[in-house]
Amino acid sequence: MTTRLFGSGIRRREDPRLITGQASYTDDIKLAGLVHAAILRSPHGHARINSIDTSAAAAAPGVIAVYTGADTEGVLNPMPCAWVIPDSDVKAVAYPPIARDVVRYVGDAVAVVVAEDRYQAEDALELITVDYEPLPTVINPEAAMQEGAPQLHEDAPSNQAFHWVAAGGDTDDAFANADVVVRDTIIQQKLIPNPMEPRSAIATYVPAMGELTIWNTTQNPHIARFVTCLVTGIPEHKIRVIAPEVGGGFGAKIAVYAWDMVTAFCAMKLGRPVKWTETRSENFVSTTHGRDHVEYVEMAANSDGRVTGVRSVVYAGMGAYLSTAAPGIPTILHGLMYSGPYDIANIKADIYGVFTNSTPVEAYRGAGRPEATFLLERLMDLVAAEVGKDPVEVRRMNLIPKFENGHDVAIGLTYDSGDYEGVLNVALEHVNYDQLRHDQAHGREHGRLTGIGVSCYCEICGLGPSQVAGAVGFGGGLWESATVRFYATGKVNVFIGTSPHGQGEETTFAQIMSEELGVPVDDVEVIHGDTDTTPMGWGTYGSRTTVVGGGALALSARKIKDKAITLAAHLLEAAEADIEYEDGNFFVRGAPDNGKTIQEIALMANVAWNMPEGMEPGLEATTFYDPPNFSYPFGAHVAVVNVDPDNGHIVLERYVAVDDCGPQINPMIVEGQVHGGVVQGAGQALWEGAVYDDNGQLLTGSMLDYALPRAHLVPDIETLSTVTPSPHNPLGVKGIGETGTIASTVTIYNAVIDALRPLGVTRLEMPLTPERVWRAIQEAGGHHGHGHSHSHGHDHGHDHGHGH
Amino acid sequence: MKVPIKLTVNGKSHESEVPARQLLVHYLRDDLGLTGTKIGCDTSQCGACVVRINGSTVKSCTCLAVQADGADVVTIEGLAQDGNLHPVQEAFWDNHGLQCGYCTAGMIMTITELLERNPNPSADEVRAGLEGNICRCTGYHNIVKAALAAAEAISTGAGGG
Ligand code: FES
Ligand code: FES
Repeated sequence: MTTRLFGSGIRRREDPRLITGQASYTDDIKLAGLVHAAILRSPHGHARINSIDTSAAAAAPGVIAVYTGADTEGVLNPMPCAWVIPDSDVKAVAYPPIARDVVRYVGDAVAVVVAEDRYQAEDALELITVDYEPLPTVINPEAAMQEGAPQLHEDAPSNQAFHWVAAGGDTDDAFANADVVVRDTIIQQKLIPNPMEPRSAIATYVPAMGELTIWNTTQNPHIARFVTCLVTGIPEHKIRVIAPEVGGGFGAKIAVYAWDMVTAFCAMKLGRPVKWTETRSENFVSTTHGRDHVEYVEMAANSDGRVTGVRSVVYAGMGAYLSTAAPGIPTILHGLMYSGPYDIANIKADIYGVFTNSTPVEAYRGAGRPEATFLLERLMDLVAAEVGKDPVEVRRMNLIPKFENGHDVAIGLTYDSGDYEGVLNVALEHVNYDQLRHDQAHGREHGRLTGIGVSCYCEICGLGPSQVAGAVGFGGGLWESATVRFYATGKVNVFIGTSPHGQGEETTFAQIMSEELGVPVDDVEVIHGDTDTTPMGWGTYGSRTTVVGGGALALSARKIKDKAITLAAHLLEAAEADIEYEDGNFFVRGAPDNGKTIQEIALMANVAWNMPEGMEPGLEATTFYDPPNFSYPFGAHVAVVNVDPDNGHIVLERYVAVDDCGPQINPMIVEGQVHGGVVQGAGQALWEGAVYDDNGQLLTGSMLDYALPRAHLVPDIETLSTVTPSPHNPLGVKGIGETGTIASTVTIYNAVIDALRPLGVTRLEMPLTPERVWRAIQEAGGHHGHGHSHSHGHDHGHDHGHGH
Repeated sequence: MKVPIKLTVNGKSHESEVPARQLLVHYLRDDLGLTGTKIGCDTSQCGACVVRINGSTVKSCTCLAVQADGADVVTIEGLAQDGNLHPVQEAFWDNHGLQCGYCTAGMIMTITELLERNPNPSADEVRAGLEGNICRCTGYHNIVKAALAAAEAISTGAGGG
């Protein structure tokens, strides 16, 4: 009989093709007659296009066609935004796939060249002459809302894309009556996701059939099909989107991109397959960015550290246009998470979405929740400093007590289950917190600047109940589907609507099947990423694939089990009520040796020679699973850093992640998700950040200038876990894809501030580069004992009051 | 202008006419169909394109195809022998040293060379040796673990290769 594999760290079945170079990513695909597109992009942050001359390019060797916005206008519809937040007056400004009169950021598409090979296409780009009239630019989202700022869109006065407020309790009252109020200005710098596979698309069009096929590096092929239908006008059933092997996404492959639509346009015009693959330098400006908040945040507390309120005013940069899901990120996925794992009675999030002359912003790993966790954990440390308590003590007294089935927080969400103090205790015990503090104090006496950061987090994922999705303006459902199909030989195909791209669900979903029906994992093949072969699904993001897609799979497996019981009863000439199931075997109670295996049942169901009256042939089930609630993973993380006071250099000495994502289907994969997430979050704290100059030029436009985490810069990540099942889905799982990133940025940030506080440094802007740290140390002048930062922020002069 | 080149790739000899400016990585991927070697950047930062040329690791995006004339090139496709994975491949599989797999060919090729130079590296030496390879998925933890496991497997003679 099969060994139970649910909960076991078996190695991944997707790996053999990946470690031998046999996997096919989009750019690896070749089709007969394939031609190559290259896109000319604006070198200006903001400019009027007076004229474009493409004649020399069109005459260049190998060039088949050159198109500009004049060619696509009226043929391609503007790119739609799919997340229009209610009660926020969202300005869905026109987003033409190729700019027509005005370019609004460096990277905006201006023309496309199609040539026989890519070298020729890129050569021809240089022959296009564009007469630009530069316009003033604005990059900082808060500055963009000030009077006199350059305007991006006529129909978005003050560059305001939307204004959204969420509140629970009475923050005015809480802050008026607080013993202690701490404040900070937090800059969530703009980040560039950089999945290692650049974006790519191949389009083919069969005019006789009116059929369009796009191979596409996407996290959500079904959404891509839907949007492609809206933009190209081709009916949805005649569009096929295939996500082949996808080399990481981290949110940057959620958006449906104008460039994919342009590639499709070229294929439709030319009747030949067209491939477009961005270069990395192009990726830096043309693939979506993340974060980009200017936040004014404050927390109210009693003198003992009991928190009574938190509120913010946030200017969230959207970039030049609204990307597919962008408005949902600083609102639903951010503002609604201000309670974190804490019991806070009064909460208010006041969020402005703002257009700026920069690359559009989308989800980036964690998407809104790292920013929410950051402000809470930052403010917790400030409260602790203000009331003179250990940061852990202040957190502990504010944590929501353990609960197993639902807890309402002030902002209106119902958390599923949690044991926040439990994870904190595991973390503190693992690091021996008291000893750590003792060693820190001892080191300080010898001039060693060690810092300790401790964070608690609770996040929202497993998106999500479709009714809620509709209520919060998401332009789709958030359910998932899974079809399980048994063949006569007992082998199984699982077809899923989600689209994993590195998270290993081909393995974990096979493990779910083995758990539910006792089939060997090697007998299960999981099919995903092709809209023609898989049932509808909303994609892989928001740590939802295993929670929602896995739930759909478990329910399909259970439907099959029900049918198998009826069939087994028939074959064994017994009453259904007497059939028992164990580990792939259906038998009459007490007679396990004379049972029918799931494989025997599958054979009979498929040949259908001897079926119960009225039973349909086949052994197949499909479930469309709409979860009743989100899931709320949680954890506690600890970082230890050392700062060199002479040069500001930070060494991340230790990182401990204790996470609770419910039952773990494959702990090895869970740990891998945490490792990667933590290091991405460390990237934001220490190295990464998009820097623009005043003209909207991206100064960090390559891997030379934009510092991604490297192996020698990070330690091993120590991972631990607790298990608190979610009561709200069939498997009790919570999702683990983003927790690392959600917690690690602020944990490391707080550790660095902890190290520097004795020198009088109480705040810094990220990334915490040696230069910034060194300057801060110099400016503080080693001035000891200055505890908190309530002098920062709130003296900014703009005319959009925040009602504090 | 096309230039004739003659080289061995994964034990097989090839004679081709290539444009003088063609990058080796494009020759391997587009002309020979060896798409296991990836392109992750255009500034020779990421290491996704690493292959072995006459035993040395080379970023094939920074090398012209004509420069490989006469050379012996090994790509990820040429690592497994007679259906047996190379110990480094095996170790990546065993230790979850990859997620999306895009950096993996470059990582594995780099580590094969590293272990030939230094059969018993420390974790820090592995990390230093991976300075030219970026992985966005794994946080490097399991890549380092895989490299150390491969070193162990090779030194104890397990795992073939
Ligand atoms: S593709 Fe060669 S180093 Fe990035
Ligand atoms: S496994 Fe995805 S980049 Fe390394």
